[in-house]
This record gives sequence, C-alpha cells and structure tokens, in this order.
Amino acid sequence: MSDHPETWSRPPFIANPWLRWAVYLGVLAYVVWVLATIPVDWARVVEGVERAGRIFGGAIPPSFERSGLLIDGFLESIKIAVLATAGGVALSIPIAFMAARNVAPMPVFYLGRAIIIVARSFHPVIVAIIFVKAVGFGPFAGVLTLVVYSVGFVAKMLAERIEEIDFGQVEALRAAGAPYFSTLFYAIFPQIMPRQIGLTIYQLDSNLRASAVVGIVGAGGIGATLANAFGRYDYDFALAITIVIVAVILVSEGVSGYIRKRLA
Amino acid sequence: MTSIAEQFGREDWSRHTPKQKARRFAIFAVCAAVIAWALTSIEVVWAWVWDSPTQMGDLFGRMYPPDVSNLGAILRILLETVNIATIATAIAVLMSLPVAYIAAQNTTPNRATLWLGRLILVTSRSVNTIIWALLFVAIFGPGVLAGIVAIMFRSIGFIGKLLGEAIEEIDKRPVEALEATGASRFQVIAYAIVPQVMPTFWAVSILRWDINLRESTVLGLVGAGGIGIILQGAIDTFNWPEAATVLIAILALVIVGEIVSAFLRRRIL
Amino acid sequence: MLTITDLVKRYGGGDPVLKNLDLTIEGESVVAIIGSSGAGKSTLLRCINRLVEPTSGSVVLNGTELTKLRGAKLRSARRKIGMVFQGFNLVDRLTVMENVQSGRLGYISTWAAIMRRYPKEDIRRAYQLMERVGIAHYADTRADQLSGGERQRVGVVRALMQDPDILLADEPTASLDPKTSEQIMGLLRDLAGELKLPVLINIHNVTEAKEYTDRIVGMRYGRIIFDDLPGKLDQEEMDRIYSGSPHADRSGDLQEAS
Repeated sequence: MSDHPETWSRPPFIANPWLRWAVYLGVLAYVVWVLATIPVDWARVVEGVERAGRIFGGAIPPSFERSGLLIDGFLESIKIAVLATAGGVALSIPIAFMAARNVAPMPVFYLGRAIIIVARSFHPVIVAIIFVKAVGFGPFAGVLTLVVYSVGFVAKMLAERIEEIDFGQVEALRAAGAPYFSTLFYAIFPQIMPRQIGLTIYQLDSNLRASAVVGIVGAGGIGATLANAFGRYDYDFALAITIVIVAVILVSEGVSGYIRKRLA
Repeated sequence: MTSIAEQFGREDWSRHTPKQKARRFAIFAVCAAVIAWALTSIEVVWAWVWDSPTQMGDLFGRMYPPDVSNLGAILRILLETVNIATIATAIAVLMSLPVAYIAAQNTTPNRATLWLGRLILVTSRSVNTIIWALLFVAIFGPGVLAGIVAIMFRSIGFIGKLLGEAIEEIDKRPVEALEATGASRFQVIAYAIVPQVMPTFWAVSILRWDINLRESTVLGLVGAGGIGIILQGAIDTFNWPEAATVLIAILALVIVGEIVSAFLRRRIL
Repeated sequence: MLTITDLVKRYGGGDPVLKNLDLTIEGESVVAIIGSSGAGKSTLLRCINRLVEPTSGSVVLNGTELTKLRGAKLRSARRKIGMVFQGFNLVDRLTVMENVQSGRLGYISTWAAIMRRYPKEDIRRAYQLMERVGIAHYADTRADQLSGGERQRVGVVRALMQDPDILLADEPTASLDPKTSEQIMGLLRDLAGELKLPVLINIHNVTEAKEYTDRIVGMRYGRIIFDDLPGKLDQEEMDRIYSGSPHADRSGDLQEAS
C-alpha cells in the first residue's frame, strides 16, 4: 500500500524551471514597469467622471434633427465603400497573382508580397491622413485609402487561395498547348472565383465600417460628420450618428453574412 | 452516318442556360449601375483626381531621405505604443471572460444574463476603436489612458464573442461525465469547460494583441496617446522626412508584432 | 441495493421511452442490459443518476430516494454512483491524473480542485487503481495521447475514484475493437468482485454479456421482457428481444389498453 506515491503535481507548462521562473518574473516586471511609468494624469481622470456625466447628459436624448446631414454623410460613406471595393478588388487580382508563389516568378513574387505587407501594416487612418495631405480633404482621399485597405486584405487572401489551387488542371491545359491567358481563364479563374466573390462581399462590408472611421481624419463620409459633431460638442447629434452607424454595420454584417452563406 | 450535330440538332454550345444568362446579366448590371451611381454622384473635384499622381509623387519625393534625428524620441513613443496595446489587451482579456461566460448559451445563468452579455458584445464590437477613443479623449482628456480604455472597450467584444462561440462549441460529453460524478457547477466549468476553451483563449488573445498593436498606432491622431501623436505633429508641420521615419518605424513595429505573435502561437498551441 | 419501481420516462408528448419499469439490483452482481437500439437502455441508466430526469416512478439506492433530490443533495448522491461512458467522456486536454481525480470532485473543495491540490490518500488511491488497470505510467500524459482501451481504463478508474456504491456502464465497449472490449469487460467483472460492487452494464454484444455477467436483463421498447441467468438466454428469448417492430409493440399496447 505505502509504495504508492502520495503527492502529484501537474506537469508544468514550461518544463525548464529556470526558463519558467524567468518568464514569470519577466511578465511581472513588465507589468510593474508599465503601470509605474505610464503617463496618466490622475487628477484629470477624476475630473473625467464629471465630464462623462456632462457628455452623456448632453448626448441623451440623441438628436435626429439634422437628419439631412446624417443621410448625406451616409450616402457618401456608401459611395466611398462601393468605389473602393470595385477599385480595390480590381487591383487585388493582379497583385494576388504576383504574390502567389506557385504562379509568379521569384522577383515578382517578392514585389507582390511587399505591396501586400505595406498595405496591410498601415492602419487605414494613417493611410487616410497621408492621402488627405496629398489629394486634399474629401471623399476621394477616402476612396484611395480604402483601395489600399482592400488590397491588403483581398490580395492576401486571394494569393493564399491561388497557392492552394490544384495545379494538375493548369498542367493539363499546358499539355494541350493552351496559351498563357487561356490557361489563366480556364484553369485558374474557375478555381478561385467562389473565394473571390465571397471576399468581395466581405470587403464591401469591411469598407463600409472603415469608411466611418477614415472620415474622422478628413477623408469624407459619415466619419467626417461624426468628428465635426464631436468637435462642436454636439453630443446629442454625435450619439445619433453613432446609433445609425451601429445599426448600418449590423445590417450590413447580416446581409453580407447571408449572401456569403448562400454562395458557399 | 449522321454526325452528332445532326443527331442532337445543334452545333453551338453555351455554358449557361438562357435563364442563368439573364440572372448573371442582371447581377452584373446591378453592380455596374451601383458603381456608376457612386462614381457620378460622389462630390469629388476631378481636377484634383487627375492631379493626384503628381501630388503623390511629390509627397514621397519630399519624404526622402527620412530624417532620423528624432529617432530616440520616436522609439520611446513606439515602446509606449506597444505598452498601450499590451496592457489594454491583457485587461480586456480578463474582462471578457465573464462576458463570454454569460453570452454563451450553454453556460449563461438565465435569459436576462444571456441578452445582457449579447448587448455588451454588440455594443463593444460595432463601435470602432477610433470612435471609442474620441469619446474617452473627451472624458479623460488627451493621453495614454483614453487610448488604453478605448482599445479595451473594442477588444472585449471581439474576444468575448469568439470565446463565447468556443464555449458553445465544446464537446458536451465530459461535462456530462463530470456532472455524473457529483461535481459542482463551478468544478464542472473548471475541469470540463476551461480546458477545452484554453486553445481558443490563447489564439484569440494573441490575435487581438496583434490587431491592437496596429490600432494603437493611430490612437494618437485623436489625441489618445502613442506614436500617432508624433506622426500627426510631423504631418501638421509639413516635416515629411520625419513623418517618413515614423511610418517606417510603424511598419517595422507591425512586422515584428506579426513575427512575435506567430512565434507565440507556435509555442503555445 | 438499487430498487427501481414503476419508472416512466417520456420525452415531449410522444410515446414513453420507459414504460412502468421495475428492476432490482442486489449484492455485488454484474448485470447486463441488452436490447436493440431505442429500447431505452441508455435512458434507464441515465435516469438512475438523473442525467435524464425521470417523468415518474422511484429509484432508491441503499435507502435514498434519488428522484426527488436537488442541488447539493443530488450531487452527493451522484458521488456514490460511478458511470462509465461509451465515448469515454474524458477531458482530452487534461492529464490522466487530472481526469482520474475529477472523480473526486464531489468530495473536495472547488479551490483545491482548481489548484490541483488533491488529498494524499486520493493520490495514493489513484495510483493504486491506475496500477491495477495498468495505466499508472500514464499519470502525467494528456488523455488525448492514449489509445481507446487505455482511455476507457481511465474512465473506469475515474468512476471507481468516486468510491461508488454502484457502477453504471453505458455501452463501455461499443467504441473499442473486439480484443480490447473483452479486456474491459473482464476488468469490470474482476473489479466488481474485488470491490464488492454491483455493476449495471448496457451492452450490444450478447456474447460478451453472456460471458462476463451474472444476470441478463432484456429490454424491448421501454419494457423488461427477460430477466434471468445468462444460461437461460436461448435463441427463442433472443428473438423476442431483438425482433419485432415499434409498430407491433404499440399495437400490443392498444390491445392491453382495450
């Protein structure tokens, strides 16, 4: 009876005890350091409670009085999203081919990947302020921004899909002596088309969301209306805009999800 | 001997039936019409559009060569940006646990808590980080805290939703087995639900940290701390060489973040 | 001693799955319940530990009426009923030791459970039982690394850790290959003898039932139509248990009712 052990402890996640304690201490030290050095003006934060009361007091009830402005802002956002999706997807297809290892020659592949990495790394808001400086305030800067944003996502996903295609179909057409573009249309497009359509619809939804944001830095759409309302302390109008944004996003998410489910 | 064409009465072949053709054409026409509507009604000064390639070229020309004289300050703020993202993600992860618990159909105590959980998730998810940041800058004043709280508010919905779905998708059989041993509700959660949700928990936390790293780079543009403040300052003063340095720094940060999260995912999962 | 009287289980408004069922299990016998799919075997077992809520009737284990219990009382009654499942129902991502100790959850505090601070005698008992069934060397292995037979051994040890008064086994061998399933059946029979424990096994495989059990209960459409020593189960009785259609059975009900 007594030859059975009486203690047991769970095997630790990190087997090496030195490394384990180093990780624990490192995490602890990091948290302490960040909390100690983070520049927060606590007096200002305490004031915040009162301010929050004022803001929410001013925001409720939401004001839909200037609904004309609201609708115009939204229509502009939708236009931006539509044009950016069309342009972004059109541009994504050649870039995706460039960035697919199995169809692009090496130097082109690296160029394609670099374009995607740069497009993905910058938040649309950063891209937007640069475009606003370059082409001026307004929806055009918004469209350009979201084209870049779309390329970052659609081209990446599409390139991954192209890398997964069944290459036997391409070989079969090459064996039949088909020229380059015929091979593209007959062997590759049919394989990537369903994904492409799904991605386009997803991206339209995504762009609509993002268009509400890029407006805050001057790139047009409902975001500009929201930033203006905030800047002028029109919290009741800002709340109304926010409510409509949330509603539109929920509807758009639902519709986009439904269409993609139908297509799949 | 009759040819196949004579046998079947036709020599042409088309891929789609007339009905399919009509449908495809209709979808195509609607898409084209929507794009045409957007293109013709959008308020754009077309002269600026035609001029934009020159403008962009000009801008990038002015960015070169990047000015690194302020690199020390930029790197310091970059570290602050990482801290904002990390701390906000950590707090959001902890706060999203109870939300996920009440928003999952199989663990929520009752209907009211289920809807409360869903309401929290939807509110959090449908308001963008930047919009949250606008609000919190108005409340707490400009600074890091507004940024942290903004990222937290947006992340709770994201993490909570995915965790809640993971809880709903667990294998129910171990739960049944532990209920049969006479374990209490809380013990069943600790032994049968938590271990099953753990992989999703780590994957979602890492993914959100990666996203938050990107988001924290723009908080500064609305005054909520991080590298965005320096970028805004450089752009406002037309200091394009320094803006170029900041952009390169952000690019490096995001790529390093992606490498780190890929490493963590491989190690933990 | 387990006494089931007049047990009825009806899902929704349809035909009852269990129809006024009576069954008594005494001593340390190994009892097999056989019958085709849908006969109500699994529901019967789950009514005993209330994983399924009986519609009416009574289940008494060693003097405790189980059907009326709630909350903490139900949990402490469940502690004394071990259960082994067809799909093993282990927590894949926990180690074998944690799975085994989860049989003790009803006895230890939640805090101890979360911190994995198991009492010394529980750990010793776990090693004893694991050694008895030949899985002691897997204590630190994750449950999903084990083969089917080994996983079912973990399931058996988890149930025995509860220190149960009765062991229920719901198709314990249906997910196993023939050789392993004989090993598990042999194990259940031997453990019943060693621990003086009554065992109630739902089983599809009649050959195994005859070989490893002391008593066979045959069910058809929610009723017990055979209850005797394994030797008495001849071809004629087998046909009665396994043939017939739900329709024929229902028309039988109608005749009885009229």
